[in-house]
Amino acid sequence: MAKGYSGVSLPFPTLAKTALEDTQLRTNLARATTTIRNKRAKVVAEVGDWEALRQAGHDIKMESLSNLSTHLTQFEKEFTSAGGHVHWARNSQEACEIVARIAKENQVTSVVKVKSLTTDEINLNEYLGARGIEAKETDLAELIVQLADEHPSHILVPAIHKNRDQIRDLFVEKIAEAREGLSNNPRDLAMTARVHLRNRFLSARMAVSGANFAIAESGTLCVVESEGNGRMCLTLPEILVSVVGIEKILPKWTDLEVFLQLLPRSSTGERMNPYTSFWTGAGDGPSQRHVILLDNGRIQTLADENGREALACIRCSACMNVCPVYERTGGHSYNSVYPGPIGAIITPQLLGPGLAKTLPFASTLCGACYDVCPVKINIPKILVHLRANENRANASISEKLAMRAAAYALRPDGLKILARLIRATSPLLTSSAFTKLSKSLPVAKKWMAFRDIPRTRLNKKP
Amino acid sequence: MTSSRDDILKRIDQAKLGMKATSPSRSYETTSPLSHEELLDLLEDRIVDYKATFTRSNNVPATIAQLLSQYSLTTIVVPEGLPSDWVTGTIDHKLSSAELDGFDVVITSSEVAIAVTGTIILNHSRTDQGRRAISLVPDTHICVVSAKNVVGTVVEAVRRLNPLDHQTWISGPSATSDIELERVEGVHGPRNLHVVLDLS
Repeated sequence: MAKGYSGVSLPFPTLAKTALEDTQLRTNLARATTTIRNKRAKVVAEVGDWEALRQAGHDIKMESLSNLSTHLTQFEKEFTSAGGHVHWARNSQEACEIVARIAKENQVTSVVKVKSLTTDEINLNEYLGARGIEAKETDLAELIVQLADEHPSHILVPAIHKNRDQIRDLFVEKIAEAREGLSNNPRDLAMTARVHLRNRFLSARMAVSGANFAIAESGTLCVVESEGNGRMCLTLPEILVSVVGIEKILPKWTDLEVFLQLLPRSSTGERMNPYTSFWTGAGDGPSQRHVILLDNGRIQTLADENGREALACIRCSACMNVCPVYERTGGHSYNSVYPGPIGAIITPQLLGPGLAKTLPFASTLCGACYDVCPVKINIPKILVHLRANENRANASISEKLAMRAAAYALRPDGLKILARLIRATSPLLTSSAFTKLSKSLPVAKKWMAFRDIPRTRLNKKP
Repeated sequence: MTSSRDDILKRIDQAKLGMKATSPSRSYETTSPLSHEELLDLLEDRIVDYKATFTRSNNVPATIAQLLSQYSLTTIVVPEGLPSDWVTGTIDHKLSSAELDGFDVVITSSEVAIAVTGTIILNHSRTDQGRRAISLVPDTHICVVSAKNVVGTVVEAVRRLNPLDHQTWISGPSATSDIELERVEGVHGPRNLHVVLDLS
């Protein structure tokens, strides 16, 4: 298992270097990202008002953030009055404790899980496991990753780094229900997962999910999925706990008319995902429904006026599918639940100063991510902002002085002064004595090892 | 000691100081320019694209009977409010998950269908559409969509629905693309979806 999944351990450049040497990984990734990029492009091109929808999506999210506390308390009121339970968690520890407490109170020793980045973010499975509660992933890709004892490498397709042969071998080794001579055909593999999980679904007493959207005005939660494992978990058990980041709030039910157009086309490249479930408080389904509203770094992200736009993310993964860096290094190099361009701006902000500090540099700033983002997050702009923060925090004194001098000199009048200075000193600077001397000066020698100060142009009068 | 709740709310208000609330631009389209006939064609195209079947019917009971025989479906579960002349089946009175697993097919009505995305919306608060569980556990779902309830766009559908109603939106049978992004229809949800468009 990758160590330090919290951005604490190895930096991106180190991990990326290893990943780049894995040719199988690069082949798997190139193939997968190309497929999904083309699918997305095709279904997005069908929508004549796509740009208007993007703008609306962006605006609704930003408006929601500008009034977040009101929306959250309204959600709490509505969800509670409809018979649900609302909990609040400042950090992963508090959120995990609440889930474990609910399990203990109900004598539950195993839970089924709907794919949820938020529960990955708080390391819920490990927390529950350490307390004797087994957390079983039920999304096919999450199941693959869990069986392999790895971490997801993509937010939508967590096992994107694995090909069909690798998955077949894994199933044969780890799944008792895998039949003799199992093929590498994706259908056969999916059917093996169906058989493996079927009884679990029918007998599970408690499920844990995330949510894609939480509607403030009605207290409604929404989960978007494909396989039906989500519906199984959200419907059949007695107890459901949904861990929801506070930024998932939308003010109004009708806001979904925008996001349910943007999300499926941007993420799986479908006109609509197979299944979307909605519930408000209790009723039809689990008799106990809980929601945990989670901060875990979101408020500190909100506090940065140049970085807060990252909270508009709806986790579609379009940005990583078009990113030339992601396509080559893969998700594990980012060492975060959130890899790719969005991960490079969200992870450092959620974790706070000093952590995941190499991630904002894991980009070419080509801007492809901004172009495809369904909620128009200006990812390159935030990357540059975070780089600047990082540089300010880490620059050495000489670097700071040099930068300040450069800033002064590069002003319009500063340039004139600089030009005059150079002209006045050029006989000295181009003299053979200075050239010889400069090759032993601390900083200058690196420069002068390969370059000479151009003699003729400096000496000539215009 | 302040509670997590109060602490979170207080810190949010400090964090967003100076952030202006602007009213979102909503210049997107709300309706479809297509005629109702064209919308029905579009719905068919989308649903078939998801690898579900689509049958236009002026006689729903006959069409259901035909589908049951064609796919050899014998054990049938229905929600209690399904029109009784459509089909004879076991009426769901809180059947357990294990009991539901013993049925070949579930037959339900539906609330709204969206042509442009091929989406059918089940409103579980209605007795002709039944609980979430009954349209989930059996391996085949026959879903009747009234032509009157077909709308063009996602926007029209959302505006018709009440968030307090428990809902499931269905676009084709369950599917996964988790292995090399190759789409496989039929995973944990019903592997077969047959849509009957009621023209009567």
